[in-house]
Amino acid sequence: MTFELETAKEPEKLKRVVIEPVSRVEGHGKVTILLDDEDRVHQVRLHIVEFRGFERFIQGRPYWEVPVMVQRLCGICPVSHHLVAAKAMDVIVGAKQLTPTAEKLRRLMHYGQMLQSHALHFFHLASPDLLFGFDSDIAKRNIVAVVEAYPEIAKQGVLLRKFGQEVIRLTAGKRVHGTGAIPGGMNKNLSREEREILLKDIYHMVAWSRDAVHLAKKLYTDDMERNTQFGYFRSNMLGLIRADGALDLYHGGLRARTETGETIFDHVDYSHYSDYINEEVKSWSYMKFPFIISKGTQDGWYKVGPLARINNCDFIDTPLAETERRDFVAYGHGFPIHSPLAYHWARMIEMLHAAETIKDLLHDDDVSGNDLMVKGEKALEGVGVLEAPRGTLFHHYRIDENDQVTMANLIVSTTSNNHAMNEAVRQVAKQYLDGHTVTEPLLNHIEVAIRAFDPCLSCATHAVGKMPLMVEILDAEGRALDRVYKDGAGEVGCAV
Amino acid sequence: MSDNTITIDGQAVPFAPGQTIMEAAMAAGVYIPHLCHNPEFTPHGSCKLCTVTVNGRNAASCTMPAAPGMVVQNDTEELNANRRALTQMLFVEGNHVCPFCEKSGNCQLQAMGYFLGMMDPHYDQFYPPRDVDASHPDILLDLNRCILCELCVRASRDVDGKNVFGVTGRGPHTRITVNSASGRLGDTDMAVTDRAADVCPVGAILKKRHGFEVPIGQRTYDHKTIKDVHMEEAGK
Repeated sequence: MTFELETAKEPEKLKRVVIEPVSRVEGHGKVTILLDDEDRVHQVRLHIVEFRGFERFIQGRPYWEVPVMVQRLCGICPVSHHLVAAKAMDVIVGAKQLTPTAEKLRRLMHYGQMLQSHALHFFHLASPDLLFGFDSDIAKRNIVAVVEAYPEIAKQGVLLRKFGQEVIRLTAGKRVHGTGAIPGGMNKNLSREEREILLKDIYHMVAWSRDAVHLAKKLYTDDMERNTQFGYFRSNMLGLIRADGALDLYHGGLRARTETGETIFDHVDYSHYSDYINEEVKSWSYMKFPFIISKGTQDGWYKVGPLARINNCDFIDTPLAETERRDFVAYGHGFPIHSPLAYHWARMIEMLHAAETIKDLLHDDDVSGNDLMVKGEKALEGVGVLEAPRGTLFHHYRIDENDQVTMANLIVSTTSNNHAMNEAVRQVAKQYLDGHTVTEPLLNHIEVAIRAFDPCLSCATHAVGKMPLMVEILDAEGRALDRVYKDGAGEVGCAV
Repeated sequence: MSDNTITIDGQAVPFAPGQTIMEAAMAAGVYIPHLCHNPEFTPHGSCKLCTVTVNGRNAASCTMPAAPGMVVQNDTEELNANRRALTQMLFVEGNHVCPFCEKSGNCQLQAMGYFLGMMDPHYDQFYPPRDVDASHPDILLDLNRCILCELCVRASRDVDGKNVFGVTGRGPHTRITVNSASGRLGDTDMAVTDRAADVCPVGAILKKRHGFEVPIGQRTYDHKTIKDVHMEEAGK
């Protein structure tokens, strides 16, 4: 494990390049790069100002309000926060085992979320880079250009996302920020008419998801040498796993593996997560750095999300996705695949798995059952964990005897990937920036690496090619030597 | 025109002696927007949403007795604009966060906002510090959402006979208070079956552990306006 380029020895003697903001949904991020007079890279940091206010201001609120309130953390994957908080509150209301109907409805909602989020990320946010090239004309690097150049791909991306949103609407009441999951179960089932609406289109979705896997694979393998090396680093991997080793995005035990695939811990009851994972604070970032306790802060950092999950699982229990997984892992020749750009390929395998799982659930009469709720003996503490589109998501709450929240701890996927994204950005800076004059296409290489992990950082503004950016080169006295900017209208310019 | 008739927006509306303008209007199928009025309880006249123009002067229709020959304006652009402004003031004076409020979809304040075409709060938010009292085992009192309609005061006093709630303070410091030595709801004899536990038009008094049980699409105002619901309740 390397911390190379995290902290320069004499930063005051170096030029500072800042990319700010790296646009995203949940606030602001920036990349700072320190260069010497020969443009050699000495320090690279990705700063993400994660909004943590929720942990404080939900204190004092009644626990049953939390699953609806905390989903406002995010507009892209609110379902993940909604469901993981509901899982924690299941523990608090003593619902040790949900009814089959409630659990399957929640899974349906969750896999709908996975489908729409993965489609959004791959087609709307990442595909312009992948289809046109990282340093292609900036005017083309957006979804509108994809619609013009690849109309069928764009159409499938849009309709896949729309379908996922429909699954969410029919299970949660709204496409964004619904209320379906409540402590102990669900507030509605899926009627036969609603199932028919979704069944009409699901076979297209499975087929298109499979096509998307093949597209992601082709884009990756067409330039294997560059894509395997782009931002390459190796790390531990963390995720949930089903008891039999299958990929499970809704529930399971925690599995952590080393960069070579050796087990660190396996099938750990996630309610004891704090015995296995801790969070380090670094002076230069507002975001914490989680690490695996047994390996320490230096060697314990890890990555989460599609790549970690596909590497970590033993198999996928839906046939088409399992075929694609086997094809994927074969490229690792017996070892985990660590290339950041492989995230997209793994992500599409998960999208196919989500589509297949939705199909199976829509054929399951349990989702139309009426046994929706279960409750038991009240507890004062609950932990929920699930796999959000971008990775493992932890919610931990304590309440008092009056039902009011007294403590909340949320470890979101972006936090878990904090170190990994920093590492990818450093590698890209070393590979593409080191010794070169800063240009907009080079900046985009850094964003391409970030986008591989987390659409929160690529954000809707990228989708229309209007991500505002500014890079400044300052001398040791802080004077601007060079400045490259892209404004809100997508115009690129230089100024000194 | 008989003696016991008024006109509302030009429509003849009969009334029985002792009826208010609101009561006569609702009985005749004429809707006057209101929040603090509830036909089960003594008129209160605090929210002022039901203000109409009576013979050229403004008056709260829920407290103004109907009198022969009154000429009332109700559904006018000016009065509805005033009602919208009053509703906006109610929003900004409290901490009403509809997106995660469990009363959303069943809330009369929210429904009134929709009915009156309220598109934003317009005024600066007060963000007042308000208490949450969760001491009662079955009832949550969240004063962040209170609009001081005093329906709980009236219900507890007039129906339950318990006088659990009262009002204290003045001006912007006015608030609902609980009639116990500690000031906590858990130290009163209020029961979850009391009328006062079920009368709040907003999300200030709630039955615990039932939030979000009704799915979106099946809530009171998901498919009906507050006018539809009030008129149905009036048998119209």
